[in-house]
Amino acid sequence: MNIVVCVKYVPDATADRKFEDDFTVDRVGVDGLLSELDEYAVEQALQFREKREGEEIEITALTVGPEKAVDAVRKALQMGVDKGVHVLDDAIAGSDYVATSLVLAKAIEKIGAESGGADLVVCGMASTDAAGSVIPAMLAERLGLPQVTLASVIESQGDQVRIKRDNEGSTEVIGATLPIVLSVTDQSGEARYPSFKGIMAAKKKPLETFALADLGVDAGEVGLSVAWSQVEDTTERPPRTAGEIVTDEDGSGAGALVEFLASKKFI
Amino acid sequence: MSEVLVVIDHVAGEVKKPTYELLTIARRLGEPAAVFFGSPDQADAVAQKVKAYGAAKVYVVDDAQTKGFLVAPKAEALQQLAEKSSGGDGLAAILLPSTFENKEVAGRLAIKLGSGLITDAVDVQAGESGPVTTQSVFAGNFTVQAKVTHGTPIITVKPNSAAPEEADGAGTVETFDATISDAARTAQIVATQPRQSTGRPELTEAAIVVSGGRGTGGNFEPVEGFADSLGAAVGASRAAVDSGWMPHAFQVGQTGKTVSPQLYVANGISGAIQHRAGMQTSKTIVAVNKDPEAPIFELVDFGVVGDLHTVLPAATEQITVRPR
Ligand SMILES: Cc1cc2nc3c(=O)[nH]c(=O)nc-3n(C[C@H](O)[C@H](O)[C@H](O)COP(=O)(O)OP(=O)(O)OC[C@H]3O[C@@H](n4cnc5c(N)ncnc54)[C@H](O)[C@@H]3O)c2cc1C
Ligand SMILES: Nc1ncnc2c1ncn2[C@@H]1O[C@H](COP(=O)(O)O)[C@@H](O)[C@H]1O
Repeated sequence: MNIVVCVKYVPDATADRKFEDDFTVDRVGVDGLLSELDEYAVEQALQFREKREGEEIEITALTVGPEKAVDAVRKALQMGVDKGVHVLDDAIAGSDYVATSLVLAKAIEKIGAESGGADLVVCGMASTDAAGSVIPAMLAERLGLPQVTLASVIESQGDQVRIKRDNEGSTEVIGATLPIVLSVTDQSGEARYPSFKGIMAAKKKPLETFALADLGVDAGEVGLSVAWSQVEDTTERPPRTAGEIVTDEDGSGAGALVEFLASKKFI
Repeated sequence: MSEVLVVIDHVAGEVKKPTYELLTIARRLGEPAAVFFGSPDQADAVAQKVKAYGAAKVYVVDDAQTKGFLVAPKAEALQQLAEKSSGGDGLAAILLPSTFENKEVAGRLAIKLGSGLITDAVDVQAGESGPVTTQSVFAGNFTVQAKVTHGTPIITVKPNSAAPEEADGAGTVETFDATISDAARTAQIVATQPRQSTGRPELTEAAIVVSGGRGTGGNFEPVEGFADSLGAAVGASRAAVDSGWMPHAFQVGQTGKTVSPQLYVANGISGAIQHRAGMQTSKTIVAVNKDPEAPIFELVDFGVVGDLHTVLPAATEQITVRPR
């Protein structure tokens, strides 16, 4: 069986994230890392394998991104996946969801080509920079696979997969037959830390780099200049003006709070 | 005038507020045509509702064909509807309320139609060459103006992005028979358990949200009591959800709900970046926290350094006895 985990390299959310002059996300000047939400995807891929003892399962971590994005794949290798694939091509910079999903889908097809296609594609629930939560659905559309998204609990037996998820007004159980595209939430369970052994082992694991030409994608189909949605301007939010802070002494805090709310007409 | 498709947000025919917000936005861009995925029995009642916000047409897609499966059937139906209704003037845009499900529908639809996609808009205005959207990104630290440059703009819009304005629409009901392929019916909903209603306003729609975090120590009564005295919705930090004190549906933040109410009150919440991501655009922010150094105080319009277990019940009491 063949599992592909999609991992994105994102600017650190706790750093000062910013944009380039062409309004693309600054992915070089700000420290980056494997998107925390994709750690959950790696974890669930590993657990999927661990629960199916005795089966031959190979897990590949896949990223599409600039040079430094290989760090996201390295972290996944340290956590325990077997192989890494980095799609790296200058033409990809500034791609929108539509183009990114195309490149990812073609790479997944290539990774699965020798074994008759990937059996399971695992994604995070959202990237922590774009936060679209759309790539998994787009991959399902492109690959013609069932889309099983936003899972908090995942169970499988043979080629049957069942997941639990929270929907807007309900909790649902979803069933589907492999191969599928799965996305997992941060409710699915803490991701493991790479062990020392894992970090050492990762150095010897295969890590391939593909260019667009290797995937049969034309450079004219991707990148900023052909993006079907275009950012025209970005504005930093003005810092909030410092508010009034009172210390509660002998019950004075409640009174002050109520006065504030009343002055703003909330009561 | 070209049509703007607006997907109706509803629960069993009860139309939700974001629908009216989207119809109001749609009128800036063209002629709103509402799309109802639901039971045909409810179509007339729904049409009456959306017509009052300017819907010229109401397309009814019998959800017997689309329900029971995740996302893919809805995307197929919308593709067919878009291709049919773009016959004349072309579609000016397709607007969907920004829920997780609708974002996924929009993603698939973008590929099917060969159209650009913008998610989580907090404002949409008519521009010279189509709609111009505003998004709030990087945990609310930046706003971004964007537009779709190819195909029919597909835009998902967050709740509270416009004040609903009434307007008379013709509200002509038209049944649309979608053909759903077997390939779209592969991720099956095998069980659903509706969440119990709390009787409080919906988190994402509420004008006031009162949240509790780890500082509640698991006792949400002071938070809930205070919320009720203000007619507010109740929210929670992930720490409170992870501890099992509140269901995940109440979580505010990056991996929970984004709220943008008139007033947000954070109680016993430190103000981590992932929490801020879900509430930073609130108009007025208030916090009660016993640690004067808590980062949440950097955001507030008003803060009380104190124990929420004494401050909130006392404030609730004062609000309740206050003459209105
Ligand atoms: C990928 C990822 C996604 C995440 N998504 C989210 C998300 O969507 N939403 C979210 O909220 N978090 C999210 N988090 C978690 C986030 O980083 C914080 O851990 C979390 O918000 C902390 O919750 P808290 O403020 O309730 O708890 P703490 O940080 O522990 O803060 C508790 C606060 O309560 C105060 N306090 C204690 N006792 C009292 C008292 N008696 N009275 C008054 N104040 C008191 C303390 O001073 C402290 O400031 C995410 C994290 C990651 C890594
Ligand atoms: N450039 C990328 N490389 C690898 N995986 C990605 C990339 N972009 C998105 N993904 C995957 O798609 C998920 C959802 O991303 P998004 O739709 O951008 O919120 C992420 O959690 C990743 O698993």
